Amino acid sequence: MTDFPARTAPTARRWRPATTEPAAVKWALIGLCLSVLTVLLFAPLIAIFDEALRRGWAFALASLAEPDAQSAIQLTLLVAAITVPLNAAFGIAAAWAITKFDWRGKAWVITLIDLPFSVSPVVAGLLFVLMFGANSALGAWLVANGFPIVFAVPGIVLATLFITFPFVARELIPVMLEQGRAEEEAALTLGASGWRAFLTITLPNIRWALLYGVLLCNARAMGEFGAVAVVSGKIRGQTTTMPLMIEMFYNEYLSVAAFTMAGVLALLAFVTLTLKSALEWRYADQLATTHRH
Amino acid sequence: MNIEIEEISKEFGSTAALHPVSLSIPAGTLVALLGPSGSGKTTLLRILGGLEFPTAGRVLFDGSDATGLSVQERRAGFVFQSYALFRHMTVFDNIAYGLRARPRKSRPAGAEISRRVTRLLELIKLPDIGARYPNQLSGGQRQRVALARALAIEPRMLLLDEPFGALDAKVRKELRQGLRDIHDTTGLTTVFVTHDQEEAMELADLVVVMSMGRIEQVGRPDDIRAQPRTQFVREFISA
Repeated sequence: MTDFPARTAPTARRWRPATTEPAAVKWALIGLCLSVLTVLLFAPLIAIFDEALRRGWAFALASLAEPDAQSAIQLTLLVAAITVPLNAAFGIAAAWAITKFDWRGKAWVITLIDLPFSVSPVVAGLLFVLMFGANSALGAWLVANGFPIVFAVPGIVLATLFITFPFVARELIPVMLEQGRAEEEAALTLGASGWRAFLTITLPNIRWALLYGVLLCNARAMGEFGAVAVVSGKIRGQTTTMPLMIEMFYNEYLSVAAFTMAGVLALLAFVTLTLKSALEWRYADQLATTHRH
Repeated sequence: MNIEIEEISKEFGSTAALHPVSLSIPAGTLVALLGPSGSGKTTLLRILGGLEFPTAGRVLFDGSDATGLSVQERRAGFVFQSYALFRHMTVFDNIAYGLRARPRKSRPAGAEISRRVTRLLELIKLPDIGARYPNQLSGGQRQRVALARALAIEPRMLLLDEPFGALDAKVRKELRQGLRDIHDTTGLTTVFVTHDQEEAMELADLVVVMSMGRIEQVGRPDDIRAQPRTQFVREFISA
């Protein structure tokens, strides 16, 4: 104990902040991160476009003009256009019910919302085939009445709804929990109806989380493969979405067509991400206002 | 407006937050609901404001039964514990919210709304902050904006939940006088919740001491100090 001062004396080195690592560690980590990103993300992305454009732009674009390709693109956009608004509405309703009220079985419902994340999409697809397929009583009745669900567009919509259900709710629940109920209650005491309080207080407060949820939901709705593959029956030109079409082209050795369509899908995802970043950058001030307080 | 609370009780599930309590508040009084946390004071305040409904009992406003009135119909100016200002709106829009939420028939015109908001900003002695956002205000300023927002709807009474709870000691003293002044100017029946006995004794005309969902004593600060009726009151006010 007595020789304490002598121990610390002779070290002459440069001081650095407690939370900073030595330069070597820093560069090693950055390097590792970048090389993983390169191998797993950038290189494949470039490979897709390289493969798609191997025989030139004209050839690639011509493959998209094929009727089957056109129908796949239209179907995917249609499915996204139906499922995204529906799941945005369901997600808001679920998040509202969970965060603004206390009721029995709430914890159970929160777990249930995550189910589509934990169940394999193929299993989800099979569930819908079992429930609505021609072999079930309900399915047979639906087919007899001219409204088949499985191997038709409604089945694809249902499967996509199931798969993308958690996205909006998962984004909203933590935000709404953190914000609590006081602002809505304040609006009510000031004479606003519940609906007005929702439109003027709740919705503006959750708009960023809602936007992220919708963008993620949209990306997954356009990209879903497993569940849709099972329920769609993969009828060319009728129930084939873009991901299914890509696989078909690929299996038929139409690699330019396959990779061109893959490129389009990747571009759609890229646009989504860019949109999100642009909005974040543009509204950085407002984001800070709604989060701090 | 006088407030009559008749045998109000409130249960959350199997726990009783309020055992039947009765209380009569004369018009224009400044009342403190004083008690430790879990004493039921906030529950009682929220029942008055229509944010909770009692399990049994009645609330009368000026002699007429108000128990079933919705929160909007009560027209109670409510100041929340952490003020609950609308964070995405300017101070001006916060204060104007209640006027704009009125049905078209009774909604004032834009110029009239703007005139009233300006007058309220003067009343709380912050005439120049209309364009700011809540996160640009100090704690004391937020509290006063919340008060102005509650007053904008021309309330029948003023209900405040721990209005000084989130403030430091110096600002707390200043704003106490501010609330007293606003109460005296408007003449509104005012009920505030606090766990601070000094605050209650100094500010209120009538102090209601609560514990474990029961009212222990009701009286003027001096009377309570001179003659605490129960052991609990004696200990709580000397703390």
